[in-house]
Amino acid sequence: MVPELGHFALILALFLAIIQASVPLAGSLSGNRTWMSMARPLAWGQLTFIGIAFLCLLQAFLTDDFSVIYVATNSNSLMPTAYKVSAIWGAHEGSLLLWVFMLAGWGAAVAALSKNLPLAMIARVISVQGMVAIGFLLFTVLTSNPFDRIFPAPLEGRDLNPLLQDPGLAIHPPMLYMGYVGFSVAFAFAIAALIGGKLDSAWARWSRPWTTVAWIFLTIGIALGSWWAYYELGWGGWWFWDPVENASFMPWLAGTALMHSLAVTEKRAAFKTWTVLLAISAFSLSLLGTFLVRSGVLTSVHAFATDPTRGSFILIFLCIVIGGSLALYAWRAPTISGGGRFDLVSRESFLLVNNLLLATLTVLVLFGTLAPLIYEAAGWGKISVGFPWFNKMFVSLSPFLVLATGTGPLAHWKHDEPRRLIKSLWLALALAILVFLAVSLPIFSAGNMAMAFGLAMAAWLVGSHLVSLFDRLKHKHGLKGLAADLAGNSRSYYGMWLAHMGLAVFIVGVTMVSIHGKETDIRMSPGSVHEDAGYRFQFNGVQSVPGPNYSAFRGDFVVYQGEREIARLFPEKRNYFSGGMPMTEAAIDAGLLRDIYISLGEPVGDKGDWALRVYYKPYVRWIWLGCIFMALGGVLAVTDRRYRMARQTAASPIPGGAAVA
Amino acid sequence: MKARQKRLAFVALAVLGVGAASALALTALKSNISYFFSPSQVIANEAPPDHVFRLGGLVTKGTLARQEDGLTIHFDVTDNAQTVKVAYTGILPDLFSEGSGVVAKGRLGPDGVFYADEVLAKHDEDYMPPEVASTLKTAHAEGVADAAAGINGASN
Repeated sequence: MVPELGHFALILALFLAIIQASVPLAGSLSGNRTWMSMARPLAWGQLTFIGIAFLCLLQAFLTDDFSVIYVATNSNSLMPTAYKVSAIWGAHEGSLLLWVFMLAGWGAAVAALSKNLPLAMIARVISVQGMVAIGFLLFTVLTSNPFDRIFPAPLEGRDLNPLLQDPGLAIHPPMLYMGYVGFSVAFAFAIAALIGGKLDSAWARWSRPWTTVAWIFLTIGIALGSWWAYYELGWGGWWFWDPVENASFMPWLAGTALMHSLAVTEKRAAFKTWTVLLAISAFSLSLLGTFLVRSGVLTSVHAFATDPTRGSFILIFLCIVIGGSLALYAWRAPTISGGGRFDLVSRESFLLVNNLLLATLTVLVLFGTLAPLIYEAAGWGKISVGFPWFNKMFVSLSPFLVLATGTGPLAHWKHDEPRRLIKSLWLALALAILVFLAVSLPIFSAGNMAMAFGLAMAAWLVGSHLVSLFDRLKHKHGLKGLAADLAGNSRSYYGMWLAHMGLAVFIVGVTMVSIHGKETDIRMSPGSVHEDAGYRFQFNGVQSVPGPNYSAFRGDFVVYQGEREIARLFPEKRNYFSGGMPMTEAAIDAGLLRDIYISLGEPVGDKGDWALRVYYKPYVRWIWLGCIFMALGGVLAVTDRRYRMARQTAASPIPGGAAVA
Repeated sequence: MKARQKRLAFVALAVLGVGAASALALTALKSNISYFFSPSQVIANEAPPDHVFRLGGLVTKGTLARQEDGLTIHFDVTDNAQTVKVAYTGILPDLFSEGSGVVAKGRLGPDGVFYADEVLAKHDEDYMPPEVASTLKTAHAEGVADAAAGINGASN
């Protein structure tokens, strides 16, 4: 009964979405206020019905209703309750439901938090969201209904893919989806503005916090996915340039460009059409991501069993969304005025460089991801693009990006003197060169060019941002003056500062782990000792231990540094009762400066020997730490005073003061 | 500078940058793509010698053999028409098993053995890499006996 209720609620939500997509929009075009004011209640209604459907599926999982196919294939009565909840998005149908649920959530949030928006604008924004909802609800109802029944009902479920039974992956998809779907708001704002033909600073100010919030979620989602792949897949890698990872990275790159471009549009009314194009791209890439993951056209470590009708549905939907919005763009964009002018040396220019580089990187990732499809379609054979290609692209372009990131925040809007910029930045440049020389020359260590380059980039970022901060702190004298100066800067300035520091931390992590990371496959007998990277690993054998829905072999390792015992590690090899393949649970001794990581391979011979893999990963935590900094920077920027003010007062001129780059 | 010149400078810089990036992308692509070949193609000498490529098919049942050192593994990969011997040193991914689909990346040795430095793992045990699926289909279409049984066995 409950699953049918859920199905029914989904169908009602679909009809509601059709009304939502048409009536407020028609009202905004004909000036009918009653129709326009239906937008907000419709958004709430949408959330209610999809919420009911979501709760129905949750109920089916919690009560182990195996008559529902989706529950039977993705759950099991022995599974811990937390994983029964996360199993909702463990496979295709449920993750789609989560997607539309979030879309409705974002729609309701727009309805609730945009009191000062003109009615016509809000009507259009919510209508555009309704159109997106129609696509996804049709997709769910027609091809991927999570409430389909099976008769006779199986007595026990097939269990969730054991890889997904993990706290990291329980929250990774919702975070990622919040980001993906969040870009639908920026998209809806852009389309609404195109329909209205009015693109101004006010428009940029409205869509900026939404874009930033979506970007925060996406950043956390990608970082969680990377962290999960690192400890769960047992290969010790944090990024594989896998199509599915690329699918989440492309909207992130486009979204990052969009945030920076929106800053220019808000402050200087420039880059308008470019900003709109980025908003369309970010959301289109999110849709493409869904398509790539779900259609199974590409070989991926993430690909689930797939169904071609679903792929073609998403492809058609994708064509309608991208084609439609680009057509609207081509029609409307020429009428949009150019906006503020700027000189070759100005903050706008550095943001332009940032945008061009991020856009180029997005296109490169897209190209690398789709190249196998292009080659096959052209009959040039079946290929895969290895990760060295992607690494090469990023290593060659990111120095320019970092250079612009360090310079931009110090440059003046509109016009700046190169001499003034060099004068204020020479200290940061000297620091970077010093770091480069110290690391590249064999003075303190063996000397390593690649490492010197990476660390110098990080030093440049830290140096230039410290200069920028000190510049802003020398207005008043004394300790009190310093405090006043500190408080005088806006939160969005500190947000920018922290996010850019996150980039520096990230670069240090990537550099160190790529250059000094170590990986050894060995065979060990119980009682034997292995030495690696200055550590001594003593293997005490493997024992069989029971788990809630699996049994495991558990290895026992003691790690010594010198004579001191620093860690005891218990990597496992699990066999889930529901059958299927064994699962490796790596054991990690995590630290700020290094991780030690052991994963069990297979038993060898009959004397208790095991093949296993030992990793030494210096600074690997900095990669995710950098992402956390970036996300926190986003949080600071979004809680800036002017957005809080904007919610209370009607659209007023932007208060001057600190700018975010 | 006049506004027109300024705009030209911007555009020239952008075009130069994007041009350099795409040139880099395409030249780097040549040395970094790896082609996919089925065992039949390898036996027919279609795969380039001394070049990294990917080999895909099914792991022949009963051929998985671990060598003395405990780390080197030998197994056969088949598309149900032809078979290639594969050697790999290291830990196999969890989802690797006899009778299942596999994609290995490496080089073909002069002795006809494929020396893999990477054996790909998949998240989902029911999942079949598209290349492997089509390899098996091609072999089947060529009328090789028992191919159908192999496909059914592999895709569960």
